[in-house]
Amino acid sequence: MPESISRETVAKVARLARLHLNDEEVDRMTSQLAGMLEHFRDVDALDLANVEPLNQPIPLSNVMRDDVEVPSLDRDEVLANAPAAQDGRFRVPPIIGFEE
Amino acid sequence: MVALRTAVDVARAVASGELSAAAVVEENLAAIDAREGEVHAFNVVTAERARECAAQIDADVKAGRNVGRLAGVTVALKDNMCTRGVETTCSSRILAGWKPPYDGTVVRRLVDAGAVMVGKTNLDEFAMGSSTENSAFGPTRNPLDTSRVPGGSSGGSAAAVAAGFATVSFGSDTGGSIRQPASLCGLVGVKPTYGMVSRQGLIAFGSSLDQIGPFTSTVADAALLMEVIAGHDPLDSTSLPQPAPELMSVLSHGVEGMRIGRITDMTEGSSPDVLERLDAAFDALRNAGATVVDVQMPSMSYGLTAYYLVAPAEASSNLARFDGVRYGLRVDAKDLNSMYGDTRAAGFGDEVKRRIMLGTYALSAGYYDAYYGKALKVRRLIADDFAKAYESCDVILTPTSPTVAFKFGDKTNNPLAMYLCDVFTIPTNLAGHAAMSVPFGTGEAGLPVGVQVLAPALGEAPMFRVAAELERSA
Repeated sequence: MPESISRETVAKVARLARLHLNDEEVDRMTSQLAGMLEHFRDVDALDLANVEPLNQPIPLSNVMRDDVEVPSLDRDEVLANAPAAQDGRFRVPPIIGFEE
Repeated sequence: MVALRTAVDVARAVASGELSAAAVVEENLAAIDAREGEVHAFNVVTAERARECAAQIDADVKAGRNVGRLAGVTVALKDNMCTRGVETTCSSRILAGWKPPYDGTVVRRLVDAGAVMVGKTNLDEFAMGSSTENSAFGPTRNPLDTSRVPGGSSGGSAAAVAAGFATVSFGSDTGGSIRQPASLCGLVGVKPTYGMVSRQGLIAFGSSLDQIGPFTSTVADAALLMEVIAGHDPLDSTSLPQPAPELMSVLSHGVEGMRIGRITDMTEGSSPDVLERLDAAFDALRNAGATVVDVQMPSMSYGLTAYYLVAPAEASSNLARFDGVRYGLRVDAKDLNSMYGDTRAAGFGDEVKRRIMLGTYALSAGYYDAYYGKALKVRRLIADDFAKAYESCDVILTPTSPTVAFKFGDKTNNPLAMYLCDVFTIPTNLAGHAAMSVPFGTGEAGLPVGVQVLAPALGEAPMFRVAAELERSA
Protein backbone atom coordinates (compact mmCIF):
# COMPACT_ATOMS: atom_id res chain seq x y z
CA MET A 1 0.00 0.00 0.00
CA PRO A 2 1.49 3.43 -0.96
CA GLU A 3 2.22 6.10 1.62
CA SER A 4 -0.51 8.54 2.60
CA ILE A 5 -1.52 10.97 -0.14
CA SER A 6 0.41 14.27 -0.46
CA ARG A 7 -0.83 17.74 -1.25
CA GLU A 8 1.15 17.66 -4.51
CA THR A 9 -0.51 14.39 -5.56
CA VAL A 10 -3.96 15.83 -4.84
CA ALA A 11 -3.16 18.88 -6.98
CA LYS A 12 -1.96 16.60 -9.79
CA VAL A 13 -5.08 14.41 -9.59
CA ALA A 14 -7.25 17.54 -9.75
CA ARG A 15 -5.48 18.49 -12.99
CA LEU A 16 -6.07 15.00 -14.38
CA ALA A 17 -9.75 15.27 -13.45
CA ARG A 18 -10.03 18.75 -15.05
CA LEU A 19 -11.30 20.11 -11.75
CA HIS A 20 -9.97 23.48 -10.59
CA LEU A 21 -9.53 23.42 -6.81
CA ASN A 22 -8.39 26.44 -4.78
CA ASP A 23 -5.70 26.11 -2.10
CA GLU A 24 -8.20 25.67 0.69
CA GLU A 25 -10.01 22.93 -1.27
CA VAL A 26 -6.74 21.12 -1.98
CA ASP A 27 -5.96 21.12 1.77
CA ARG A 28 -9.40 19.82 2.69
CA MET A 29 -9.36 17.21 -0.08
CA THR A 30 -5.91 16.00 0.99
CA SER A 31 -7.08 15.25 4.52
CA GLN A 32 -10.40 13.72 3.42
CA LEU A 33 -8.81 11.47 0.79
CA ALA A 34 -6.12 10.42 3.26
CA GLY A 35 -8.88 9.35 5.67
CA MET A 36 -10.67 7.33 3.03
CA LEU A 37 -7.49 5.66 1.80
CA GLU A 38 -6.57 4.85 5.40
CA HIS A 39 -9.93 3.09 5.73
CA PHE A 40 -9.11 1.08 2.61
CA ARG A 41 -6.13 -0.46 4.45
CA ASP A 42 -8.71 -2.76 6.09
CA VAL A 43 -8.51 -4.99 3.03
CA ASP A 44 -4.84 -5.70 3.76
CA ALA A 45 -6.22 -8.26 6.22
CA LEU A 46 -7.39 -10.32 3.22
CA ASP A 47 -5.23 -12.68 1.20
CA LEU A 48 -5.82 -11.50 -2.35
CA ALA A 49 -2.78 -13.06 -4.03
CA ASN A 50 -4.65 -15.67 -6.06
CA VAL A 51 -7.98 -13.89 -6.48
CA GLU A 52 -9.19 -12.98 -9.98
CA PRO A 53 -10.53 -9.39 -10.18
CA LEU A 54 -14.29 -9.11 -10.90
CA ASN A 55 -14.86 -6.28 -13.38
CA GLN A 56 -18.47 -6.87 -14.35
CA PRO A 57 -20.99 -8.75 -12.22
CA ILE A 58 -22.59 -10.61 -15.11
CA PRO A 59 -20.24 -11.36 -17.99
CA LEU A 60 -21.68 -10.74 -21.44
CA SER A 61 -19.71 -11.23 -24.62
CA ASN A 62 -19.28 -8.24 -26.90
CA VAL A 63 -22.69 -7.02 -28.06
CA MET A 64 -23.06 -6.03 -31.72
CA ARG A 65 -26.03 -4.84 -33.74
CA ASP A 66 -26.72 -5.13 -37.44
CA ASP A 67 -25.34 -2.22 -39.44
CA VAL A 68 -28.66 -0.68 -40.45
CA GLU A 69 -29.81 2.93 -40.54
CA VAL A 70 -32.01 4.04 -37.67
CA PRO A 71 -33.30 7.52 -36.83
CA SER A 72 -30.91 9.51 -34.63
CA LEU A 73 -31.49 12.44 -32.28
CA ASP A 74 -32.79 15.67 -33.75
CA ARG A 75 -29.76 17.93 -34.31
CA ASP A 76 -31.54 21.20 -33.51
CA GLU A 77 -33.01 19.77 -30.32
CA VAL A 78 -29.56 18.57 -29.21
CA LEU A 79 -27.81 21.83 -30.07
CA ALA A 80 -30.53 23.85 -28.31
CA ASN A 81 -29.03 22.52 -25.07
CA ALA A 82 -25.44 23.45 -25.90
CA PRO A 83 -23.83 26.38 -24.07
CA ALA A 84 -22.59 27.58 -27.50
CA ALA A 85 -23.27 26.31 -31.02
CA GLN A 86 -22.50 27.54 -34.51
CA ASP A 87 -23.17 26.19 -38.01
CA GLY A 88 -24.77 23.01 -36.64
CA ARG A 89 -21.83 22.22 -34.36
CA PHE A 90 -20.77 22.66 -30.73
CA ARG A 91 -18.60 25.77 -30.31
CA VAL A 92 -15.67 25.62 -27.86
CA PRO A 93 -12.88 27.99 -26.80
CA PRO A 94 -9.45 27.70 -28.51
CA ILE A 95 -7.87 24.27 -27.94
CA ILE A 96 -4.24 25.00 -28.86
CA GLY A 97 -2.05 28.07 -28.47
CA PHE A 98 -3.04 28.75 -24.87
CA GLU A 99 -1.44 25.78 -23.09
CA GLU A 100 0.11 26.48 -19.70
CA MET B 1 -51.73 11.46 6.11
CA VAL B 2 -53.25 10.86 2.67
CA ALA B 3 -54.59 7.35 2.05
CA LEU B 4 -52.27 5.79 -0.54
CA ARG B 5 -53.73 4.21 -3.65
CA THR B 6 -52.09 1.16 -5.17
CA ALA B 7 -51.08 0.86 -8.81
CA VAL B 8 -52.94 -2.45 -9.11
CA ASP B 9 -56.21 -0.82 -7.96
CA VAL B 10 -55.75 2.37 -10.00
CA ALA B 11 -54.96 0.52 -13.24
CA ARG B 12 -57.93 -1.82 -12.82
CA ALA B 13 -60.37 0.96 -11.87
CA VAL B 14 -59.22 3.36 -14.60
CA ALA B 15 -59.30 0.71 -17.32
CA SER B 16 -62.84 -0.31 -16.30
CA GLY B 17 -64.06 3.28 -16.16
CA GLU B 18 -64.84 3.21 -12.42
CA LEU B 19 -62.23 5.86 -11.74
CA SER B 20 -60.91 8.57 -14.05
CA ALA B 21 -57.20 9.09 -14.58
CA ALA B 22 -57.93 12.80 -14.21
CA ALA B 23 -59.24 12.26 -10.67
CA VAL B 24 -56.07 10.41 -9.66
CA VAL B 25 -53.91 13.23 -11.03
CA GLU B 26 -55.98 15.88 -9.23
CA GLU B 27 -55.69 13.95 -5.95
CA ASN B 28 -51.91 13.88 -6.29
CA LEU B 29 -51.71 17.56 -7.27
CA ALA B 30 -53.83 18.50 -4.26
CA ALA B 31 -51.49 16.52 -1.98
CA ILE B 32 -48.52 18.25 -3.61
CA ASP B 33 -50.13 21.67 -3.07
CA ALA B 34 -50.70 20.84 0.58
CA ARG B 35 -47.29 19.43 1.54
CA GLU B 36 -44.62 19.86 -1.15
CA GLY B 37 -43.49 23.13 0.47
CA GLU B 38 -42.26 21.27 3.54
CA VAL B 39 -41.32 17.92 1.92
CA HIS B 40 -39.53 19.12 -1.25
CA ALA B 41 -39.78 15.78 -3.04
CA PHE B 42 -39.64 17.31 -6.53
CA ASN B 43 -37.23 19.30 -8.67
CA VAL B 44 -40.09 19.89 -11.10
CA VAL B 45 -43.82 19.07 -11.03
CA THR B 46 -45.24 18.46 -14.51
CA ALA B 47 -48.86 19.27 -13.66
CA GLU B 48 -50.08 20.34 -17.11
CA ARG B 49 -48.45 17.42 -18.86
CA ALA B 50 -49.99 15.05 -16.29
CA ARG B 51 -53.47 16.53 -16.84
CA GLU B 52 -53.17 16.21 -20.63
CA CYS B 53 -51.88 12.65 -20.36
CA ALA B 54 -54.72 11.67 -17.98
CA ALA B 55 -57.34 13.25 -20.27
CA GLN B 56 -56.02 11.20 -23.17
CA ILE B 57 -56.24 7.98 -21.15
CA ASP B 58 -59.80 8.80 -20.03
CA ALA B 59 -60.74 9.49 -23.66
CA ASP B 60 -59.21 6.16 -24.71
CA VAL B 61 -61.19 4.31 -22.03
CA LYS B 62 -64.41 6.05 -23.04
CA ALA B 63 -63.82 5.20 -26.72
CA GLY B 64 -63.15 1.56 -25.85
CA ARG B 65 -59.53 1.75 -27.05
CA ASN B 66 -56.91 -0.48 -25.48
CA VAL B 67 -55.19 1.06 -22.46
CA GLY B 68 -51.99 -0.34 -20.95
CA ARG B 69 -51.35 -2.26 -17.74
CA LEU B 70 -50.60 0.98 -15.86
CA ALA B 71 -53.52 3.07 -17.15
CA GLY B 72 -53.79 6.17 -14.98
CA VAL B 73 -51.05 5.13 -12.53
CA THR B 74 -49.20 8.30 -11.57
CA VAL B 75 -45.41 8.06 -11.39
CA ALA B 76 -42.64 10.28 -10.09
CA LEU B 77 -39.22 9.78 -11.69
CA LYS B 78 -35.84 10.35 -10.11
CA ASP B 79 -34.27 13.35 -11.77
CA ASN B 80 -31.42 11.30 -13.25
CA MET B 81 -33.79 9.57 -15.70
CA CYS B 82 -33.93 11.30 -19.08
CA THR B 83 -37.35 12.69 -20.03
CA ARG B 84 -37.66 14.33 -23.43
CA GLY B 85 -38.26 18.08 -23.15
CA VAL B 86 -38.53 17.96 -19.33
CA GLU B 87 -35.63 19.35 -17.32
CA THR B 88 -33.32 16.59 -16.02
CA THR B 89 -30.63 17.78 -13.62
CA CYS B 90 -29.33 15.01 -11.32
CA SER B 91 -29.88 17.72 -8.67
CA SER B 92 -26.63 19.32 -9.85
CA ARG B 93 -25.87 22.87 -10.90
CA ILE B 94 -23.83 21.47 -13.78
CA LEU B 95 -26.98 20.16 -15.52
CA ALA B 96 -29.46 22.85 -14.43
CA GLY B 97 -31.80 23.64 -17.31
CA TRP B 98 -30.94 20.61 -19.45
CA LYS B 99 -33.85 19.22 -21.43
CA PRO B 100 -32.98 15.77 -22.79
CA PRO B 101 -33.66 15.17 -26.49
CA TYR B 102 -35.00 11.67 -25.75
CA ASP B 103 -36.87 9.51 -23.22
CA GLY B 104 -35.00 6.67 -21.52
CA THR B 105 -36.25 3.14 -22.21
CA VAL B 106 -37.91 2.75 -18.79
CA VAL B 107 -39.69 6.08 -19.22
CA ARG B 108 -40.93 5.01 -22.65
CA ARG B 109 -42.16 1.65 -21.37
CA LEU B 110 -44.03 3.34 -18.52
CA VAL B 111 -45.70 5.87 -20.81
CA ASP B 112 -46.57 3.15 -23.34
CA ALA B 113 -48.25 1.22 -20.50
CA GLY B 114 -50.44 4.22 -19.64
CA ALA B 115 -48.53 5.63 -16.66
CA VAL B 116 -48.84 9.38 -16.03
CA MET B 117 -45.70 11.29 -14.99
CA VAL B 118 -46.31 13.92 -12.31
CA GLY B 119 -42.75 15.14 -11.85
CA LYS B 120 -39.02 14.64 -11.45
CA THR B 121 -37.75 13.96 -7.95
CA ASN B 122 -34.88 15.29 -5.89
CA LEU B 123 -31.75 13.22 -5.18
CA ASP B 124 -28.31 13.50 -3.70
CA GLU B 125 -26.31 15.16 -6.47
CA PHE B 126 -25.56 12.52 -9.14
CA ALA B 127 -27.03 9.92 -6.72
CA MET B 128 -24.03 10.25 -4.38
CA GLY B 129 -25.34 10.13 -0.84
CA SER B 130 -27.65 8.36 1.57
CA SER B 131 -29.86 11.19 2.86
CA THR B 132 -30.75 13.54 -0.06
CA GLU B 133 -28.98 16.28 1.90
CA ASN B 134 -26.41 16.56 -0.93
CA SER B 135 -28.83 18.02 -3.51
CA ALA B 136 -27.77 21.32 -5.05
CA PHE B 137 -31.43 22.37 -4.78
CA GLY B 138 -31.90 21.71 -1.05
CA PRO B 139 -32.78 18.60 0.96
CA THR B 140 -35.95 16.47 0.82
CA ARG B 141 -37.72 15.84 4.13
CA ASN B 142 -39.19 12.55 5.29
CA PRO B 143 -43.01 12.93 5.07
CA LEU B 144 -43.40 10.65 8.13
CA ASP B 145 -41.30 13.02 10.29
CA THR B 146 -40.01 16.16 8.62
CA SER B 147 -37.18 16.57 11.15
CA ARG B 148 -35.64 13.46 9.59
CA VAL B 149 -34.09 12.52 6.27
CA PRO B 150 -35.97 10.33 3.75
CA GLY B 151 -32.76 8.41 3.01
CA GLY B 152 -31.01 8.60 -0.30
CA SER B 153 -29.96 8.97 -2.88
CA SER B 154 -33.49 8.47 -4.28
CA GLY B 155 -35.00 10.37 -1.32
CA GLY B 156 -37.35 12.47 -3.43
CA SER B 157 -38.86 9.40 -5.10
CA ALA B 158 -39.44 7.70 -1.72
CA ALA B 159 -40.93 10.86 -0.21
CA ALA B 160 -43.23 11.37 -3.22
CA VAL B 161 -44.94 8.00 -2.71
CA ALA B 162 -44.98 8.19 1.10
CA ALA B 163 -46.65 11.63 0.91
CA GLY B 164 -49.25 10.58 -1.66
CA PHE B 165 -47.80 12.81 -4.40
CA ALA B 166 -47.73 9.88 -6.87
CA THR B 167 -49.03 6.31 -6.87
CA VAL B 168 -45.54 4.91 -7.44
CA SER B 169 -42.07 6.20 -8.25
CA PHE B 170 -38.73 5.12 -9.67
CA GLY B 171 -35.20 5.51 -8.48
CA SER B 172 -31.76 4.15 -9.25
CA ASP B 173 -29.73 1.93 -6.93
CA THR B 174 -25.92 1.90 -7.13
CA GLY B 175 -25.20 0.90 -3.52
CA GLY B 176 -28.62 1.01 -1.84
CA SER B 177 -30.17 4.20 -3.20
CA ILE B 178 -33.60 2.59 -3.67
CA ARG B 179 -33.71 0.12 -0.78
CA GLN B 180 -32.46 2.42 2.01
CA PRO B 181 -34.92 5.30 1.32
CA ALA B 182 -37.73 2.75 0.86
CA SER B 183 -36.88 1.39 4.31
CA LEU B 184 -36.74 4.86 5.89
CA CYS B 185 -40.06 5.91 4.32
CA GLY B 186 -42.00 2.67 4.95
CA LEU B 187 -42.17 1.52 1.31
CA VAL B 188 -41.29 -1.42 -0.87
CA GLY B 189 -38.14 -0.75 -2.93
CA VAL B 190 -36.56 -3.07 -5.50
CA LYS B 191 -33.00 -3.31 -6.85
CA PRO B 192 -33.35 -5.72 -9.79
CA THR B 193 -30.62 -8.09 -11.00
CA TYR B 194 -27.93 -6.21 -12.92
CA GLY B 195 -29.01 -6.17 -16.57
CA MET B 196 -32.67 -6.98 -15.83
CA VAL B 197 -33.83 -3.38 -16.42
CA SER B 198 -32.45 -1.15 -19.18
CA ARG B 199 -30.15 1.66 -18.07
CA GLN B 200 -30.57 3.52 -21.36
CA GLY B 201 -31.42 7.11 -20.48
CA LEU B 202 -30.29 6.75 -16.85
CA ILE B 203 -27.47 9.23 -16.29
CA ALA B 204 -24.63 6.91 -15.32
CA PHE B 205 -22.95 6.91 -11.89
CA GLY B 206 -21.32 3.46 -11.50
CA SER B 207 -22.00 1.58 -14.72
CA SER B 208 -21.23 -1.89 -13.35
CA LEU B 209 -23.50 -1.25 -10.33
CA ASP B 210 -26.47 0.95 -11.37
CA GLN B 211 -30.00 -0.43 -11.79
CA ILE B 212 -33.38 1.33 -12.03
CA GLY B 213 -36.16 0.04 -9.79
CA PRO B 214 -39.56 0.94 -8.31
CA PHE B 215 -40.84 2.40 -5.02
CA THR B 216 -44.35 1.24 -4.16
CA SER B 217 -46.67 0.90 -1.20
CA THR B 218 -47.29 -2.82 -1.84
CA VAL B 219 -45.31 -5.84 -3.03
CA ALA B 220 -47.88 -6.52 -5.77
CA ASP B 221 -47.35 -3.00 -7.16
CA ALA B 222 -43.61 -3.61 -7.32
CA ALA B 223 -44.19 -6.93 -9.12
CA LEU B 224 -46.49 -5.25 -11.65
CA LEU B 225 -44.01 -2.45 -12.35
CA MET B 226 -41.13 -4.91 -12.75
CA GLU B 227 -43.15 -6.85 -15.33
CA VAL B 228 -43.66 -3.59 -17.27
CA ILE B 229 -40.11 -2.18 -17.18
CA ALA B 230 -37.89 -5.29 -17.22
CA GLY B 231 -36.75 -7.27 -20.22
CA HIS B 232 -34.12 -6.95 -22.92
CA ASP B 233 -33.36 -3.58 -24.51
CA PRO B 234 -31.08 -3.46 -27.56
CA LEU B 235 -30.17 0.13 -26.61
CA ASP B 236 -28.35 -1.04 -23.43
CA SER B 237 -25.50 -3.41 -24.23
CA THR B 238 -25.44 -4.66 -20.61
CA SER B 239 -29.13 -5.61 -20.80
CA LEU B 240 -29.65 -9.35 -20.35
CA PRO B 241 -31.01 -11.16 -23.42
CA GLN B 242 -34.25 -12.34 -21.86
CA PRO B 243 -37.85 -11.23 -21.24
CA ALA B 244 -39.26 -9.70 -18.05
CA PRO B 245 -39.84 -12.22 -15.25
CA GLU B 246 -43.37 -13.25 -14.27
CA LEU B 247 -43.80 -12.01 -10.72
CA MET B 248 -47.50 -11.24 -10.13
CA SER B 249 -48.29 -14.94 -10.44
CA VAL B 250 -45.84 -16.03 -7.68
CA LEU B 251 -47.04 -13.67 -4.96
CA SER B 252 -49.61 -16.12 -3.58
CA HIS B 253 -47.27 -19.12 -3.61
CA GLY B 254 -46.17 -18.79 0.02
CA VAL B 255 -42.81 -19.88 1.38
CA GLU B 256 -43.49 -23.50 2.37
CA GLY B 257 -40.22 -25.43 2.03
CA MET B 258 -38.12 -22.37 1.18
CA ARG B 259 -34.70 -21.96 2.84
CA ILE B 260 -34.07 -18.50 4.30
CA GLY B 261 -30.43 -17.58 5.00
CA ARG B 262 -29.39 -15.76 8.16
CA ILE B 263 -25.87 -14.28 8.10
CA THR B 264 -24.12 -15.17 11.36
CA ASP B 265 -20.81 -13.36 10.90
CA MET B 266 -21.88 -9.85 9.85
CA THR B 267 -20.06 -7.68 12.37
CA GLU B 268 -21.48 -4.21 11.67
CA GLY B 269 -23.82 -3.00 14.36
CA SER B 270 -27.51 -2.45 13.73
CA SER B 271 -29.61 -0.75 16.36
CA PRO B 272 -31.67 -3.07 18.64
CA ASP B 273 -35.05 -1.96 17.25
CA VAL B 274 -33.95 -2.98 13.75
CA LEU B 275 -32.60 -6.35 14.91
CA GLU B 276 -35.83 -7.03 16.79
CA ARG B 277 -37.80 -6.61 13.55
CA LEU B 278 -35.36 -8.82 11.64
CA ASP B 279 -35.84 -11.59 14.22
CA ALA B 280 -39.60 -11.17 13.91
CA ALA B 281 -39.29 -11.53 10.13
CA PHE B 282 -37.42 -14.83 10.49
CA ASP B 283 -40.12 -16.03 12.91
CA ALA B 284 -42.88 -15.06 10.49
CA LEU B 285 -41.29 -16.98 7.62
CA ARG B 286 -40.65 -19.99 9.86
CA ASN B 287 -44.32 -19.94 10.90
CA ALA B 288 -45.26 -19.89 7.22
CA GLY B 289 -43.34 -23.10 6.58
CA ALA B 290 -39.85 -21.88 5.63
CA THR B 291 -36.61 -23.13 7.18
CA VAL B 292 -34.04 -20.67 8.54
CA VAL B 293 -30.47 -21.63 7.63
CA ASP B 294 -27.30 -20.08 9.08
CA VAL B 295 -24.85 -18.87 6.40
CA GLN B 296 -21.45 -17.19 6.54
CA MET B 297 -20.33 -14.19 4.51
CA PRO B 298 -16.77 -13.64 5.75
CA SER B 299 -15.94 -10.95 3.14
CA MET B 300 -19.25 -9.07 3.29
CA SER B 301 -18.02 -6.44 5.75
CA TYR B 302 -15.27 -5.51 3.25
CA GLY B 303 -17.94 -4.66 0.68
CA LEU B 304 -18.26 -1.09 1.86
CA THR B 305 -14.53 -0.55 1.51
CA ALA B 306 -14.39 -2.06 -1.98
CA TYR B 307 -17.48 -0.14 -3.07
CA TYR B 308 -16.00 3.21 -2.09
CA LEU B 309 -13.17 2.58 -4.53
CA VAL B 310 -15.12 0.91 -7.35
CA ALA B 311 -18.06 3.36 -7.44
CA PRO B 312 -15.95 6.57 -7.38
CA ALA B 313 -13.61 5.08 -10.00
CA GLU B 314 -16.52 4.46 -12.35
CA ALA B 315 -18.08 7.81 -11.46
CA SER B 316 -14.88 9.72 -12.19
CA SER B 317 -14.95 8.25 -15.68
CA ASN B 318 -18.70 8.70 -16.24
CA LEU B 319 -18.74 12.29 -15.00
CA ALA B 320 -15.97 13.28 -17.41
CA ARG B 321 -18.79 14.00 -19.89
CA PHE B 322 -19.85 17.06 -17.90
CA ASP B 323 -17.37 19.43 -19.45
CA GLY B 324 -19.36 22.47 -20.54
CA VAL B 325 -19.35 21.51 -24.23
CA ARG B 326 -22.61 19.74 -25.12
CA TYR B 327 -25.04 20.52 -22.30
CA GLY B 328 -25.47 22.21 -18.97
CA LEU B 329 -23.30 24.84 -17.37
CA ARG B 330 -20.31 26.51 -19.04
CA VAL B 331 -17.97 28.95 -17.30
CA ASP B 332 -16.26 30.86 -20.10
CA ALA B 333 -12.46 30.87 -20.12
CA LYS B 334 -9.63 31.71 -22.53
CA ASP B 335 -8.89 28.14 -23.57
CA LEU B 336 -10.57 24.75 -23.53
CA ASN B 337 -8.74 23.24 -20.55
CA SER B 338 -9.44 26.26 -18.36
CA MET B 339 -13.09 26.15 -19.43
CA TYR B 340 -13.30 22.47 -18.40
CA GLY B 341 -11.69 23.08 -15.01
CA ASP B 342 -13.66 26.23 -14.17
CA THR B 343 -16.98 24.74 -15.33
CA ARG B 344 -16.53 21.57 -13.29
CA ALA B 345 -15.35 23.52 -10.23
CA ALA B 346 -18.46 25.71 -10.36
CA GLY B 347 -20.91 22.97 -11.35
CA PHE B 348 -20.16 20.06 -9.00
CA GLY B 349 -20.86 20.00 -5.25
CA ASP B 350 -18.40 18.86 -2.56
CA GLU B 351 -19.38 15.18 -2.37
CA VAL B 352 -19.21 14.80 -6.16
CA LYS B 353 -15.80 16.48 -6.25
CA ARG B 354 -14.57 14.22 -3.45
CA ARG B 355 -15.62 11.09 -5.36
CA ILE B 356 -14.22 12.31 -8.68
CA MET B 357 -10.90 12.93 -6.94
CA LEU B 358 -10.86 9.58 -5.14
CA GLY B 359 -11.83 7.74 -8.32
CA THR B 360 -9.30 9.55 -10.50
CA TYR B 361 -6.58 8.82 -7.93
CA ALA B 362 -7.54 5.15 -7.66
CA LEU B 363 -7.34 4.78 -11.46
CA SER B 364 -4.16 6.80 -11.99
CA ALA B 365 -0.82 5.29 -12.98
CA GLY B 366 1.10 3.92 -10.02
CA TYR B 367 -1.94 3.50 -7.76
CA TYR B 368 -4.26 1.36 -9.89
CA ASP B 369 -3.09 -2.04 -8.58
CA ALA B 370 -2.95 -0.90 -4.96
CA TYR B 371 -6.49 0.45 -4.90
CA TYR B 372 -8.82 -0.23 -7.84
CA GLY B 373 -7.24 -3.59 -8.65
CA LYS B 374 -7.52 -4.71 -5.03
CA ALA B 375 -11.11 -3.50 -4.78
CA LEU B 376 -12.03 -5.66 -7.79
CA LYS B 377 -10.49 -8.68 -6.04
CA VAL B 378 -12.55 -7.98 -2.92
CA ARG B 379 -15.55 -7.79 -5.21
CA ARG B 380 -14.76 -11.33 -6.39
CA LEU B 381 -14.55 -12.58 -2.79
CA ILE B 382 -18.00 -11.16 -2.06
CA ALA B 383 -19.46 -12.81 -5.16
CA ASP B 384 -17.81 -16.09 -4.06
CA ASP B 385 -19.27 -15.73 -0.54
CA PHE B 386 -22.74 -15.30 -2.00
CA ALA B 387 -22.30 -18.27 -4.34
CA LYS B 388 -21.35 -20.47 -1.37
CA ALA B 389 -24.21 -19.15 0.79
CA TYR B 390 -26.78 -19.78 -1.94
CA GLU B 391 -25.77 -23.45 -2.05
CA SER B 392 -27.70 -23.86 1.22
CA CYS B 393 -30.44 -21.20 0.97
CA ASP B 394 -32.82 -19.61 -1.56
CA VAL B 395 -32.78 -16.04 -0.25
CA ILE B 396 -31.01 -14.19 2.59
CA LEU B 397 -32.64 -11.78 5.04
CA THR B 398 -30.77 -8.78 6.52
CA PRO B 399 -31.72 -5.36 7.80
CA THR B 400 -31.99 -2.84 4.94
CA SER B 401 -30.57 0.05 6.97
CA PRO B 402 -28.78 -0.21 10.34
CA THR B 403 -31.19 2.39 11.81
CA VAL B 404 -34.56 4.05 11.22
CA ALA B 405 -34.62 7.48 9.53
CA PHE B 406 -32.06 9.79 11.16
CA LYS B 407 -32.16 13.53 11.83
CA PHE B 408 -30.86 16.18 9.44
CA GLY B 409 -27.16 16.95 9.90
CA ASP B 410 -26.47 13.77 11.93
CA LYS B 411 -23.98 12.39 9.40
CA THR B 412 -23.19 15.27 7.04
CA ASN B 413 -19.80 16.07 8.57
CA ASN B 414 -18.54 12.50 8.51
CA PRO B 415 -18.51 10.84 5.08
CA LEU B 416 -17.64 7.44 6.55
CA ALA B 417 -20.62 7.50 8.93
CA MET B 418 -22.88 8.33 5.98
CA TYR B 419 -21.34 5.52 3.92
CA LEU B 420 -22.11 3.03 6.72
CA CYS B 421 -25.84 3.50 5.99
CA ASP B 422 -25.29 1.24 2.97
CA VAL B 423 -23.29 -1.57 4.59
CA PHE B 424 -26.10 -4.12 4.09
CA THR B 425 -27.16 -2.97 0.62
CA ILE B 426 -23.80 -2.56 -1.16
CA PRO B 427 -22.76 -6.25 -1.46
CA THR B 428 -25.78 -6.91 -3.74
CA ASN B 429 -24.63 -4.27 -6.22
CA LEU B 430 -21.05 -5.55 -6.18
CA ALA B 431 -22.31 -9.06 -7.01
CA GLY B 432 -24.95 -7.88 -9.54
CA HIS B 433 -27.70 -9.67 -7.63
CA ALA B 434 -31.34 -8.80 -6.87
CA ALA B 435 -32.59 -7.39 -3.55
CA MET B 436 -35.59 -5.57 -2.17
CA SER B 437 -36.67 -3.83 1.01
CA VAL B 438 -40.06 -4.63 2.53
CA PRO B 439 -41.61 -2.64 5.41
CA PHE B 440 -41.86 -4.84 8.50
CA GLY B 441 -43.27 -2.88 11.41
CA THR B 442 -41.79 0.05 13.28
CA GLY B 443 -38.83 0.80 15.54
CA GLU B 444 -37.53 3.85 17.41
CA ALA B 445 -39.98 6.78 17.51
CA GLY B 446 -42.60 4.71 15.68
CA LEU B 447 -40.64 4.99 12.43
CA PRO B 448 -40.73 2.23 9.80
CA VAL B 449 -38.14 -0.56 9.68
CA GLY B 450 -37.42 -2.34 6.42
CA VAL B 451 -36.24 -5.92 6.05
CA GLN B 452 -34.04 -6.68 3.08
CA VAL B 453 -34.57 -9.83 0.99
CA LEU B 454 -31.44 -10.76 -0.98
CA ALA B 455 -31.56 -13.18 -3.90
CA PRO B 456 -29.03 -14.43 -6.43
CA ALA B 457 -28.91 -13.08 -9.98
CA LEU B 458 -32.29 -13.66 -11.66
CA GLY B 459 -33.74 -14.71 -8.30
CA GLU B 460 -36.59 -12.19 -8.51
CA ALA B 461 -39.34 -14.85 -8.32
CA PRO B 462 -38.28 -16.41 -4.97
CA MET B 463 -37.43 -12.92 -3.68
CA PHE B 464 -40.97 -11.67 -4.42
CA ARG B 465 -42.52 -14.81 -2.86
CA VAL B 466 -40.71 -14.07 0.40
CA ALA B 467 -41.49 -10.34 0.21
CA ALA B 468 -45.20 -11.11 -0.28
CA GLU B 469 -45.17 -13.43 2.76
CA LEU B 470 -43.49 -10.76 4.88
CA GLU B 471 -46.12 -8.25 3.77
CA ARG B 472 -48.93 -10.63 4.73
CA SER B 473 -47.49 -11.19 8.21
CA ALA B 474 -46.24 -7.64 8.95
